[in-house]
Amino acid sequence: MKPVELINISKSYDQEQHVLKEINLTIEKGEFFVLVGPSGSGKSTLLRMIAGLEAITDGKLKFNGKLVNHLPPKDRDLSMVFQNYALYPHLNVEQNILFGLRAKKIAEDEQKRRLMQTTEMLGLSDFLKRKPKELSGGQRQRVALARSIVSESPLCLMDEPLSNLDAKLRAQMRMEIKRIQKKLDLTMIYVTHDQVEAMTMGDRIMVLNDGVIQQVGEPIELNNAPTNLFVASFIGSPKMNIGSAYIENHQIVIEDTLRISADITTVTGWLKERKFTVGIRAEHIKQTTEEHATHQLEVVNVEQLGNETLITFEIGNVLWTAKWLGQWLVSVGDYVPVSISMENIHFYDTNTGDLLKAAEQEKEREGIAL
Amino acid sequence: MNQLAIPHDHLETLELKNTLKKQKILRWLKGMLFLAPSIILFSIFLFYPLARSIYLSFFLTNNTGVPTVFVGFENYINIFTSPIFRNSLQSTFLFVLYTVPGAIIISLFLAIIANEKLKGIGFFRTMFSSTMGISVAAASVFWMFLFHPTMGWLNQILSYVGVDAIGWLTDPKWALLSVSISTIWMNIGFTFLILLGGLQSIDRYLYESADIDGAGYFYQLRRITLPMLSPTLFFVITVALINAFQTFGQIDMLTRGGPQNQTNLLVYSIYREAFMNYQYGPASAQAIVLFIIILIITLIQFKLGERKVHYQ
Amino acid sequence: MTMSLRRKVILYCLLVVSALFLFAPTIIAFSMSFMTNQDIMTGKIIPTSISFENYFHVFQRFPLLKYMFNSFVVSIAIMLGQLALASLAAYAFVFIEFKGRDVLFFLFIATMMVPFEALIIPNFQTIRDLGWIDSYQGLSIPFFAMAFGTFLLRQNFKQIPKELKEASEIAGMGDLKFYLTVVLPVARTSLVTLGVYGFLTSWNMYLWPLLATTDNEYRTVQIGLRQLQSQEQLNEWGVIMAGAIIVVIPTLILLFVGQKKLQQGLAEGALK
Repeated sequence: MKPVELINISKSYDQEQHVLKEINLTIEKGEFFVLVGPSGSGKSTLLRMIAGLEAITDGKLKFNGKLVNHLPPKDRDLSMVFQNYALYPHLNVEQNILFGLRAKKIAEDEQKRRLMQTTEMLGLSDFLKRKPKELSGGQRQRVALARSIVSESPLCLMDEPLSNLDAKLRAQMRMEIKRIQKKLDLTMIYVTHDQVEAMTMGDRIMVLNDGVIQQVGEPIELNNAPTNLFVASFIGSPKMNIGSAYIENHQIVIEDTLRISADITTVTGWLKERKFTVGIRAEHIKQTTEEHATHQLEVVNVEQLGNETLITFEIGNVLWTAKWLGQWLVSVGDYVPVSISMENIHFYDTNTGDLLKAAEQEKEREGIAL
Repeated sequence: MNQLAIPHDHLETLELKNTLKKQKILRWLKGMLFLAPSIILFSIFLFYPLARSIYLSFFLTNNTGVPTVFVGFENYINIFTSPIFRNSLQSTFLFVLYTVPGAIIISLFLAIIANEKLKGIGFFRTMFSSTMGISVAAASVFWMFLFHPTMGWLNQILSYVGVDAIGWLTDPKWALLSVSISTIWMNIGFTFLILLGGLQSIDRYLYESADIDGAGYFYQLRRITLPMLSPTLFFVITVALINAFQTFGQIDMLTRGGPQNQTNLLVYSIYREAFMNYQYGPASAQAIVLFIIILIITLIQFKLGERKVHYQ
Repeated sequence: MTMSLRRKVILYCLLVVSALFLFAPTIIAFSMSFMTNQDIMTGKIIPTSISFENYFHVFQRFPLLKYMFNSFVVSIAIMLGQLALASLAAYAFVFIEFKGRDVLFFLFIATMMVPFEALIIPNFQTIRDLGWIDSYQGLSIPFFAMAFGTFLLRQNFKQIPKELKEASEIAGMGDLKFYLTVVLPVARTSLVTLGVYGFLTSWNMYLWPLLATTDNEYRTVQIGLRQLQSQEQLNEWGVIMAGAIIVVIPTLILLFVGQKKLQQGLAEGALK
């Protein structure tokens, strides 16, 4: 029995506007499952349907093998953390955390025990009598988290819980949420638009666009073999470099300018006479010495990030970015030697955007964009 | 497994549909339960009497208000041919014409000068809004004295300047104007309060940016304040119009419709016809006239205000 | 931004002069209520000696205390009734989704187009047939349902994040409990505003109490004042003014305390 199963779930408004199309998904017990996608992709709607806050137009939603389509949220035994935290402004921290337990009439001493345990875990013990407006953003976030944990529901839903925090706090809370989830063995469904959050937190990730599943898989899978151009450009930072290409004289010609020698025997068969698109990750446009260089490219922009350097080149009509570890003193206008290898290139069908062939070599684990 | 599950699944779907339908009905019931007290009272004291007024306006009644003879539109024909009612309508429109612009212009002036950030401005704001807390009856008493032919302040001031005393409430030429003046005074409080609220909601950055551009005070007033205030002004005008058509208390207190019916405003006329002359049929016809006037004003407001006022 | 001294002086002059003019009728009445008849007859502005005789007289000759009590009962009843009904209705319009909700809301808005004054004849007959003439319920219940209040509270409830409702749905809290323990406390500021407004308008109500009471037992202060004025018109102005001042004191205090809230609240209801 899987804790959550979605079978052909669809959502439409007024029988016209399709927000979600035939979503099939199974979530394992104790799994940290992330729904990621750009805004308007339907990820929040999907989460709200699982929570019971939004009606399911079509399909079946099962919890532990039981159909729950018709159950109101309170009977689904789950907890939820909202983007704006949904803290009751007139209640103090303690009352907020215990809100659900009181509604469910759980015994006083049990309430107390859970409150103690949770607030200690989240470092909220000193703020119990404060009102939400007297708390910082991070503290509010913790209260919302505490409210969810204290319910001891096996399934926890989170809707962009970190998007109102500043970058530093966000990184810290990412770890904390993940830690708590593992510690309590919660099944987590987590919605975010931030692919970094998705990659760092998720055991498995589902990429959603326009109400259609693009890919479901582990972070490494998504990074190494994005099944289509959407996933390829959505996952990874900086985003994957993309260019249109064709084959000519045993070479792959990218954007009419960049030529890469190809081991023709491996590619001709399925690339011949097809328009295709190539993608290469920024870390695979490698820094090298003059004699090992495959290309000399003109630098059009440099971003110094401290521990790494982003260098942008113009390839025909598109801009490609390389990511080099360390600090590199190059300036705009310089020609720098780089090495681009055939084995790091992903091939996509230009018309459908689907993956034709993933890169052969994605061994460099440091290459996973974090 | 899928194929095996089909019959079971089918049952499940049916059951699901039923539960969802039940939930929908329950939600409807719940919604109606929350609305029921309002709906019931509206029905008894608003929808029913509206229908009843229309019904009564086509009848003659005995003096307890029981309809006796169906007369069709005769009540309407009668009131519109009656010089008293026509005079009443004319007085009402004149009264509206005096009081609405009067109260709004004065209140707007007060709101503008009270919108400055000065020490003690709160005191002035309180003073300016004070008439909202003074009931029609009390205000009428205050003005009754001011209008008093001999002791009243107005005539005393006139005699200081050497002008003959005016029969403020007794001279047919003056009575409507006098009532209008006192009404303007009574309405300033509310109008001022709303306009001040409107002024305060204007973004102050607009003024700061205009200051940097070197725009003068009156230029800013004309080009920023008034345009930004227009939705509020619009609302205030509508409320003032409706209130003016519904005026009763000050008439009853100050003039009882006299002298020579000059201040016999619409609501007072309805009151007199129904509760002094026991002519419920014709009084109902007058009430319907009042209703139609207010209806037209509100419809115009909705129509014109559509762009600015969103009821969503 | 600093203001030039010249502009400050002009503004203060305008403010003071306007305040004097506007408040003059009230000040005069207030001052007269402490004057002896002698002073009033001779047209004094400030009483030569402060006398409470007028107040003494007005309470002695009129059941003013009774009237005030009636007014309090009726105004508080109307205020509470309006708050309860308007907040319940507004809650349904904001937090419960059901078929026909929009039509009903339109119907509520439409009631604002019907002036109460046009309905006095049938309403009087209804109250009479119910035997509610000279009763608190007859004076108050017709005003319980209130479209403006519903509208104002609806605007306010809509600002409550819908996630609060969803969080309590997940926690298993029913609508009635959510309304009582979350919505009402969170929206208490606008409830206070509406309450002040409701009390003010009810206290100052004139036409309906005139029709719905025949007996001193249930008369409100406004009608009491009418009585006072028509009986004492000739010479006892001090007594009348004392009565009028007593009538306006509760509402003036309420207005002075709640002016700021009222101004924000009403503008909000009017314009959003």
